[in-house]
Amino acid sequence: MAEATGTTGTEEWQPKIVMFCCNWCSYGGADSAGMGRFQMPPTVRVIRVMCSGRMDPVFILNAFLEGADGVIFSGCHIGDCHYVSGNYKATIKYKFLKAMVNELGLEDERLKLDWISASEGERYAQVVTEFTEQIKKVGPSPLKPEGVI
Amino acid sequence: MENEEPRIGVFVCECGVNIGGYLDTQAVADYALTLPNVVHTKVNKFTCADSGQAEIQAGIKEHNLNRVVVASCTPRTHEPTFRACCKEAGVNPYQFEFVNIRDQCSWIHMWDWGGATAKAKDLVRMGVARSRLLEPLEESSVPVDQNVLVIGAGVAGMQAAIDFGDMGYNVYLVDKEPSIGGRMSRFDKVFPTNDCSICILGPKMVEVGRNKNINIMTYSEVTDVGGFVGNFEATILHKPRYLDTDICTGCASCQEVCPVEVPKEFNEGFGTRKAIYIPFPQAVPLRAVLDMENCIGCKACEKACEPGAIRYDQEPVYETLKVGAIIVAVGMDTFDPLPHNNYGYGLYDNVITTMEFERLLNAAGPTGGHVVRPSDAVEPTTVGFVNCVGSRDVNENIYCSGGVCCMFNIKNAQLLKEKRPETNHYIFYMDIRATMRGFEEAYNRARDLGVKFIRGKPVEITEKENGNLVVRVEDTLKGEIANVEVDLLVLGTGLVPNEGINEMGSILKLPRSADGFLTELHPKLAPVDTTTDGVFVAGCAAGPRDITYSTAHGSATAGRATRLLSTGEAPIMGITAKINEDACVVCGVCVDKCPYGVFEIVGTNGDRHINVVEALCKGCGTCVTACPTGALEQSHFKNDQVLAQVRNVFVYGGE
Repeated sequence: MAEATGTTGTEEWQPKIVMFCCNWCSYGGADSAGMGRFQMPPTVRVIRVMCSGRMDPVFILNAFLEGADGVIFSGCHIGDCHYVSGNYKATIKYKFLKAMVNELGLEDERLKLDWISASEGERYAQVVTEFTEQIKKVGPSPLKPEGVI
Repeated sequence: MENEEPRIGVFVCECGVNIGGYLDTQAVADYALTLPNVVHTKVNKFTCADSGQAEIQAGIKEHNLNRVVVASCTPRTHEPTFRACCKEAGVNPYQFEFVNIRDQCSWIHMWDWGGATAKAKDLVRMGVARSRLLEPLEESSVPVDQNVLVIGAGVAGMQAAIDFGDMGYNVYLVDKEPSIGGRMSRFDKVFPTNDCSICILGPKMVEVGRNKNINIMTYSEVTDVGGFVGNFEATILHKPRYLDTDICTGCASCQEVCPVEVPKEFNEGFGTRKAIYIPFPQAVPLRAVLDMENCIGCKACEKACEPGAIRYDQEPVYETLKVGAIIVAVGMDTFDPLPHNNYGYGLYDNVITTMEFERLLNAAGPTGGHVVRPSDAVEPTTVGFVNCVGSRDVNENIYCSGGVCCMFNIKNAQLLKEKRPETNHYIFYMDIRATMRGFEEAYNRARDLGVKFIRGKPVEITEKENGNLVVRVEDTLKGEIANVEVDLLVLGTGLVPNEGINEMGSILKLPRSADGFLTELHPKLAPVDTTTDGVFVAGCAAGPRDITYSTAHGSATAGRATRLLSTGEAPIMGITAKINEDACVVCGVCVDKCPYGVFEIVGTNGDRHINVVEALCKGCGTCVTACPTGALEQSHFKNDQVLAQVRNVFVYGGE
């Protein structure tokens, strides 16, 4: 099969991105991307929570402190939350986090909130690909502890 | 048990070549064995198969595992399988952890062997770290109310109601229209057998009316649904009919004297009805309804009504129903070609839709079953039918309406040809989708009768002075442009989501797919279940489908819901919020954040505390994030469990 391909010869820096997905929409969107075989760079590590409303600022700040070059958190589109309004509550945390990220000395572009439904596999791939490109432009996180990959 | 040293087994699935073909599963398993607390790893060809599950259970026994990690596909489909497998072998199902290395790794990095393998190792490391902290949980259950709510009384909803009723369950069958029957009551004949629609539906409607366990609630709408599986509370709005249905006999003397005439919805706007009217002759319940918007207040109906049923002062009534399960069968609409004037619809009199044509064909329709064209009421000798109107069209809807419109047009052309063999009829199609049983035969029969099939999508319709239409189309089989003159053009409009689908989706917290229809729990393996436990979906609410399919769907929902009702209890997930009363300061933030009313402040002064109703908790965890003191934790998604995953995304210096 695809055995021989391996990684590309010239070792380009690949960012490491932590993505929080709600179980019902965005995690389903990630699965749909797989089912549709939409290809994207292997930069994202998905952590599943039940709702975007569960997204604790501590999770996101921790991700940056541990070495994330970027963090995405994602849930159902506004109005479609499986738990009625968790995603609306997530937007409030996002605003707060945006300010916090700046306080930490990180660029705005490193944190992203996006709504992806369970049927939007193609869009999931697009979000991951575009965010990866965006993080590649800003470079490795200044908060990344030395020696961490 | 809780303080037992974790002994973790990691099972890496190849999923045939779905995973094994795109990343190094053995390297992932070998790497897993280097992680703390991992005492056993194994690569399986198919972990979910009997053999794979046997390997998990053997691993649990041989290595005395108390936690299991499976790296394979998605928890959204396979978590129940592996949880059950673990439970059988003595491992608590909540100490099973799923790592997704297929949908979210091998399938999306198909040409990056190294990158995919490295990512899979990261994901397994994260899963193992979480697994180490997972606690055993017990699932509880709640009693299930033995009443059922069926929303929508079309053929799918009626079938579900009949099945429930026959099984002895009490059913509330709600429909917004004044009669049950839905779309099917408006069709003339139904493909592929061309039997009369109301002749086969009528007896079923009567059966619904006679069934002692079915409470028909027509002219009513579901405005709100609260509660949870087994214990829903639905608010029903009974719109005023302005008459007492217990007294009304359906004699229709009111509609005879009513002086107001408005376009008749049942006939797709052809012909008229009165302001007070019986919806159609076979209506169930056979009761009149007064359309107050068009009533002029002459009170002629009141005088004409012998039993004295008229009640001009009737108000809307709200009723709350307690039910254990809900069936959503809200049906579909047909594509509306008016806004874009597709194929001249709305511009030229003699361009009509299939549904309008159905009513013209129908003996109870506005013309008594004589097909005449709108412009001059002359019987057409040449009729054109266009397929895929609003379907398979990037400008409208990209999906195919499941062959329904193909078959509709084929059936109607056939009926015309049978009645008057000397006439000429054309079907303009892209592809004929005659996929179900008996469809191909029906298609062949139409061809044998002499219906002409032209493979091409009409590009332009022009109207001649006599009202005839010229259809300009590329006959793609002949490779030439044809200009076909027809007397009447019928648009085979596709099926679209019911106009109320978004509201219904919001009320029941059901997601909709990209096509706008409701999403099933699984498109293949759970086609009538939804993401909301205890709510099932039947018929066209979950996509375009024909009568056969909708009826089967109705029965299927009854079967699925009966699993719940007959056991009398529904399991509640173990992922609920728990409160640590010592840390709680009773600030009440959780009370506001919870959409389900799990929390409530009780007591006064020294005894003031938060009461947690766990059965109401759906496990979103929003309250936990909001709790300022850390008194709340969500079982299975505790802070330290999620943070362990976050930390293990990263590693020092590589492997």
